Amino acid sequence: MLFITPALVLTFIFTLVPAMTLLSYSLFGWKSFKRMEFVGLANFERLTQFPFRQDFTLAFANNVKVFLVLFFVQTAVGLLLAYAIYRLKRGQKFFQAIVFLPVILSLVIVAFIWKLILDPLFGPISTVAQQMDWPWLNQPWLGQPGLALFTLIFIGFWRWVGFPAIVFLAGMNSINEDFLEAARIDGASEGQIFRKIIFPLMAPSFTIIAILTFIGAFEWFELPYVIGGVTGQPGGSTTTMALLFYRLAFGTVDSATVDVGISSAIGVILFLFVGIGAALGSYYLRKREIEQ
Amino acid sequence: MSKFKVPAGQKVSHLGAEVLLKGALIVNAFGVFLPLIFMINSSFRKSSDLFTTPLQIASSFDLTNYKLVFTEGNFVSYFWNSFIVTFSATAIVIVCGSSAAYALARYKFRFNGAIYIFFLAGLLIPAKLALVPLFIQMKNMGLLDSRIGLILVYAAGAMPAAVFIFTGFIRALPVDLDNAARIDGAKEHQVFIKVMLPLIIPVTGIVGIYSAIPMWNDFLLPLVFIRDPSKMTIMQGISIFFGEYGSNWGAIFAGLTMAALPLIILYVILSSKFIKGLTAGATKG
Repeated sequence: MLFITPALVLTFIFTLVPAMTLLSYSLFGWKSFKRMEFVGLANFERLTQFPFRQDFTLAFANNVKVFLVLFFVQTAVGLLLAYAIYRLKRGQKFFQAIVFLPVILSLVIVAFIWKLILDPLFGPISTVAQQMDWPWLNQPWLGQPGLALFTLIFIGFWRWVGFPAIVFLAGMNSINEDFLEAARIDGASEGQIFRKIIFPLMAPSFTIIAILTFIGAFEWFELPYVIGGVTGQPGGSTTTMALLFYRLAFGTVDSATVDVGISSAIGVILFLFVGIGAALGSYYLRKREIEQ
Repeated sequence: MSKFKVPAGQKVSHLGAEVLLKGALIVNAFGVFLPLIFMINSSFRKSSDLFTTPLQIASSFDLTNYKLVFTEGNFVSYFWNSFIVTFSATAIVIVCGSSAAYALARYKFRFNGAIYIFFLAGLLIPAKLALVPLFIQMKNMGLLDSRIGLILVYAAGAMPAAVFIFTGFIRALPVDLDNAARIDGAKEHQVFIKVMLPLIIPVTGIVGIYSAIPMWNDFLLPLVFIRDPSKMTIMQGISIFFGEYGSNWGAIFAGLTMAALPLIILYVILSSKFIKGLTAGATKG
């Protein structure tokens, strides 16, 4: 028992206690960080009214976009890279290391590098676009409401695609060579082998990436925070649930009004959404997996 | 042998596929390296040159920007704080996590299942979402603006995963090893220290990387918990520096390079360990 106590106590105090109090906080009125009277579900009700309703819907829709786009692009490109490395006869380790490199970088660093690269006045992209006279490249990538969120998703993709690629590669490497050998002897082409054997047997890897991307997308914070600020500039177009939750709890640069009640209510909703979503998703995807 | 001959049409598409796959790897390599090379190259150039000719290669290893970062940017203190926090929290995770896992894997006691579920819950809880209660709790405990506070929160956050990785590994080790030591008269803590610890060293590296990298890279917790500039971590520091020197791009790039370099160098040396460590849990299982 002595062995287990320190780990237990630490996890309890700093992970489980805050998670449980979050639920109770959402049921109280708040004055700054001071807890007031019990208000039942009033905080949740206020979320359905002006102005929170608009903020909430916009942020939620953005998170859904982030998840869908990121998941499809990441899976497609990750799969391509994984298969390319899988088929290499030499240099597998080398290309794995390159593909995975951005994953180890801090999101803050990644965000700042891209913010400067895409700077509309002084960034290399816009300079090159002007010198080459390529108007299609000379866009306000981070400054135009319809475009900024997708640019952010691209940056997230740049930083993270190595992760699914390596997980898929591990999935491919775990496939029994005998299946592939048998198919080759039967005259199947490599394309057929990929579609009919490798792809279906990689289902567990897809499940994991889908769940992780889902959780990551709905907790998206650092990247939009560093690039678009806590209010999701330009014009709130890059706001996310986590940003909304953060600015309601800790205020913004120009307004220090905080609303812990609403913020906790959003926390609870996200919590349930991510938890239930991840559980249902893994159940549904697991069912479709094939035993090797 | 004609049975194995590839039909002509297929050969062509095969070649196309081969080009596509190799091409993807090469394009990816460029995509990964260009922004990083741009960052490093720009860190040796003057801001005014950067604005007119952003893509020119630095003519010399001019360290002016780095001098500014070190003298005016507080970077030494940021680095030191990040190092202390990451190192201490990872050490706690490894010591407490491995001993808890040893108990879970080797002893049968009444709450075994309950404790397992407890750690599972800890693993699944998205800690970021409980930031407000955690903030208030830390305030009440006097742990705001304190490196110890950060260390404890990071250690707690990484603990469940560490317990799972260690437990899985220890379960796979033969029990006869511990029993042999017990028959020789070793006490329980001696069994753990003398028999178990040497055996779990390989997995300790994985747990260490899995825990330490996200701590080193984290931005959100220091952002919320640390206000005192002398206690800020490197990722927080870089955003402060960016705010203060926003128009001095050369200095900014020097700062970014400094912040990114320690991990990149470690990664070049230990890339397969990093890959294994960071994908632990997502692969195999």
